[in-house]
Amino acid sequence: MSTFKTLLSGRSRALVRWEFGLVLLLIATMIFGANESKYFLGWQTFFFAGLNFGEIAIMALPMTLIIITGEIDLSVASMLGLSASLLGYLFIHGWNIWLAMGICLIVGILGGALNGALITILGLPSIAVTIGTLTLYRGIALIVLGSNTAQGFPVSFTKLSLPIAHTHIAWDFAIFIVLALIFGVVLHSTALGRSIFAIGLQPETAFFSGIRVKRIKFSLYVVSGLISAFAGLLYTFQQSSSASDTGLGLELNVVAIALFGGISIFGGRGTIIGVVLAVCVFGSLQASLTAINVSAQAQNIVTGCLLLVSVLLPNLTQSFSDTKRKLQRRKVVGT
Amino acid sequence: MHSHEAVLKVEHVSKSFGPVQALIDGCVELFPGEAHALLGENGAGKSTLVKILAGIYDVDAGEIILNGVPVEISSPLAARAAGIAVIYQEPTLFPDLSVAENIFMGRQPLSAGRRIDKAEMIRRTRSVFERLGVDISATRKARGLSVADQQIVEIAKAISFDSKIIIMDEPTAALTDVEVARLFEVVKTLRSEGSAIMFISHRLEEVFAMCQRVTIMRDGNFVRTSTIEEISLDEIIFSMVGRDIVSVYSRHNSELGDLILDVKGLTRAGVFKDINFQVHSGEIVALAGLVGAGRTEVARGIFGIDPIDGGVVTFKGKKLKSGSPLAAMSAGIGFVPEDRRQQGLVMDMAIDRNVALASIHDLTRLGLIKSGSEKSLATRWASQLQVKFGRFSNPVKTLSGGNQQKVVLAKWLARTPSLLIIDEPTRGIDIGTKSEVHKLLSELVSNGIGILMISSEMPEVLGVADRILVIHEGRLSAEFSRAEATEALIMRAATGQESVVA
Repeated sequence: MSTFKTLLSGRSRALVRWEFGLVLLLIATMIFGANESKYFLGWQTFFFAGLNFGEIAIMALPMTLIIITGEIDLSVASMLGLSASLLGYLFIHGWNIWLAMGICLIVGILGGALNGALITILGLPSIAVTIGTLTLYRGIALIVLGSNTAQGFPVSFTKLSLPIAHTHIAWDFAIFIVLALIFGVVLHSTALGRSIFAIGLQPETAFFSGIRVKRIKFSLYVVSGLISAFAGLLYTFQQSSSASDTGLGLELNVVAIALFGGISIFGGRGTIIGVVLAVCVFGSLQASLTAINVSAQAQNIVTGCLLLVSVLLPNLTQSFSDTKRKLQRRKVVGT
Repeated sequence: MHSHEAVLKVEHVSKSFGPVQALIDGCVELFPGEAHALLGENGAGKSTLVKILAGIYDVDAGEIILNGVPVEISSPLAARAAGIAVIYQEPTLFPDLSVAENIFMGRQPLSAGRRIDKAEMIRRTRSVFERLGVDISATRKARGLSVADQQIVEIAKAISFDSKIIIMDEPTAALTDVEVARLFEVVKTLRSEGSAIMFISHRLEEVFAMCQRVTIMRDGNFVRTSTIEEISLDEIIFSMVGRDIVSVYSRHNSELGDLILDVKGLTRAGVFKDINFQVHSGEIVALAGLVGAGRTEVARGIFGIDPIDGGVVTFKGKKLKSGSPLAAMSAGIGFVPEDRRQQGLVMDMAIDRNVALASIHDLTRLGLIKSGSEKSLATRWASQLQVKFGRFSNPVKTLSGGNQQKVVLAKWLARTPSLLIIDEPTRGIDIGTKSEVHKLLSELVSNGIGILMISSEMPEVLGVADRILVIHEGRLSAEFSRAEATEALIMRAATGQESVVA
C-alpha cells in the first residue's frame, strides 16, 4: 500500500491513476465476458483478440511517440494498404517473396520520409500533410492492384494466422509485445525518449537545449512508415489475401488506442504501458461484446463512446476542480 | 483638479500562482482627468495588477470598485464593458488589416444588409485621430507602423470604445523623444476629456513630466501614493527599492583571462548589422540597449538559434558552426534565454529532468539513462544554487520564479560551459534571489567563466558588468568600461543620440 502511495504522489500521478483505471476496466470486461460465456476465459478468446488487434496495436506504437511530440500520422492505414497491395502485385508477377517484402518495407520508409520532410522541412501541419498522404498512398495502392485480389501466398507465410507452435499466442500479438518492450525502453529510459517528451511539452525549450527537434520528428515518421508497411505484410499473410482496400479506415482505431491508453492529444504525456493496457481492454471488450452477440456495428458505438470518455474525462476533472476553486473563492470573498 | 469621486478603486487585491505570491496587497485609486504612475521594480506586482484589471487573471481576494460599485472583471470582454482599456508594451494589432479595421475589429459599423460600412468606419477613425491630433492614415495596413504609431492606434481603439480608464504598460520604452512628446500631447487631450490614465514606466523623469500622482509598489505590496509635488526622485527610488541600491551588487575581482568569444561582422538582415566584440574568460560583458534593439537576436545568432547572414563567430580559436545550438553547446557555450517559460524550461516536466535536459547524452550508458543519474545531477546543482523545492519529481512549474531561474542556471552550469550567455538574468524574480544570482555570476567569472549578459535593468548593467556594449537599432553604438559608464551615457547611446564606438 505504501509503495502504491509513493507511486501516486510520484512524477506521473495522473498517468498512474489512468493506467490503474485501465486495469480495473480490463478486469471488469473479463468478469463480464466470463459471466456471459463459459468459453470466454479460454485460449480462443485470447488468441482471436490478439489476431484481430495485432496490426492496429503494432501501428499504435510509433503513433504513440508521434502524438507525444505533438504531431499525428493519419496515413498509417493507407501505408498498410499500399504495402499489402504492392506485396500482392509483386507476388502475382512472380517476384521472390522475400525480395517483394523488402521492396514493401523500403516503400514504407520512403512514404514515412515524405511525411516527415513535408512536416519538418516545409513546416506544414502534420494533420493536413498526413490526410493528404492518406489519400495519396491509398490511391497508389488502387493503381498498383486495381480491383484485383491477390491470393495464393506460400503456406509457410500464411500460417502466421495460426498460433505460435506449442502456444496459444497469436504471432502479431507476440510481435506487438516485443515491439512494445523496445518502444517502452526507448520512450522511458533513453535520451531520445526524454527529448520526445520535451518536444511535445515545450518545443522551443527543447530546441534551445540542443535537441534536434526536426531530425527526431522526421525519424519518427520514417519509423511509422516502416512499421505500417510491416503491418501490411503481416495483415496480408494472416488474411492469405490482399486488396487495395486492405485496412481501410484503421488509422482511426490506431489513434483511438493511443488516446485510450492515456496519450495526450496535446502532446507530452503518456506511457507505453498505458497503450498496451488499452490494447488489452479493447480486445477483451470486443470479445465480451461478441460473446453476448452484439453486432459489429453496435460494437463501434461502444468503442466510440469509450474513446470520447477517454478524451473528456481528464478535461472534465480539470474543469471540475477549477469550478470548485472558484466557488471556494466566492465564499471567501462573500464573508 | 479632479472631481472627488474615484472612477476606479483597487482595494487590497491579492493573487498567487501556486506557491508564488505575485500580488499580496495591491491598492490604487484613479480619478477622472488624472495621469497616474504605477511604479515599482520588476516583480513588484505591477503587471499582475494590470492583468487583473484587464480581466486576464481573477483575484484571490480584495475588491475592485468601479464608480462606487464593486465589480468582478472576469474576462477581457468584461474589462472592456467596464470601460477599462489596457495598452501593452508590444501592441497587438492584426498586421494585414487596415488601421480602421483594427480599431473596429469585432464591432464594425454595418450598413443595410449587414454589410460592413467601410466608408463610415474610415470616417470615424479619422475623427478619432483628429481628436487626438495625430496624423496616421486610416486606410493603410498596420504592418510597418512604428511602435509609437501602433500605440496610438491602440489608444484610438480604446477611446472609440468609450473607455474612461486607459492603462499603459511602459508606453515609452521603445519610443524616440519626438514620439514621446506626441504621446504626452495625446495624454493631455485624453485627460481634458475626463479620462483617467494609468502609466507603468521605469523612466522616472517622464513620470515627473506627465503624471499628477504616483503609486509605488514593492514585492507585491502597496507602499505609498503621493502627488507628484510632494515626492522627490530620491524618495520614489527609496520606496521602490526599500534599501540602498549600491549594496546589492557584489563585485568579483578576477583576472582577465584568455579570449574565448570573438564576434566579427555578425549580421542578420533587417535585425542586426556588423556586430564586433570579444569576451574573455573572467569578465562579464553586458549588452545594453532598448527593448527591440536586437540584443537578444545577437545572442540567439551566436548560439545558433537563428541563422545568420554574415560574419564569423570564433570560439576558443575555432570557427563556430552557425545555426546549430548543439554545435555551440559542445563547443562550451551555455544559453540562459529570456523567456524562462517558453525557452528555458519544460514547465510540466519534473525538476530533475529539467536540470538534466541539456546534459542527458552524458548520462547514458549503452544508450540507456543511468538510473538515478538525473536525480544525482539535480541534487548536486540544486544544493549548490540553493534551489528551494518540494521533491524532484514535481513539475518545475510549481516553483517560484526565482527558483525556476535557478533551475535554468543549474541546467546550463551542469554542462560546465566556458561561456555563459544570460538574457535578462533576474527578470521577474524576487529581490533576495536576485542578489543570489548576481553573487553567483561573480563567483562564476572568478572561476574563469566568461559571461555575456543582456539586461534591461540599468542598475544591474552598471552593478554587475565589467564592460558594457550598447546596441541601438541593430548596431553597436557604444562601448564603456565599468569606470566610465553612467546611466545617462548608456541611455544616450541606447536611444541613438550619441555614437561613441571605440
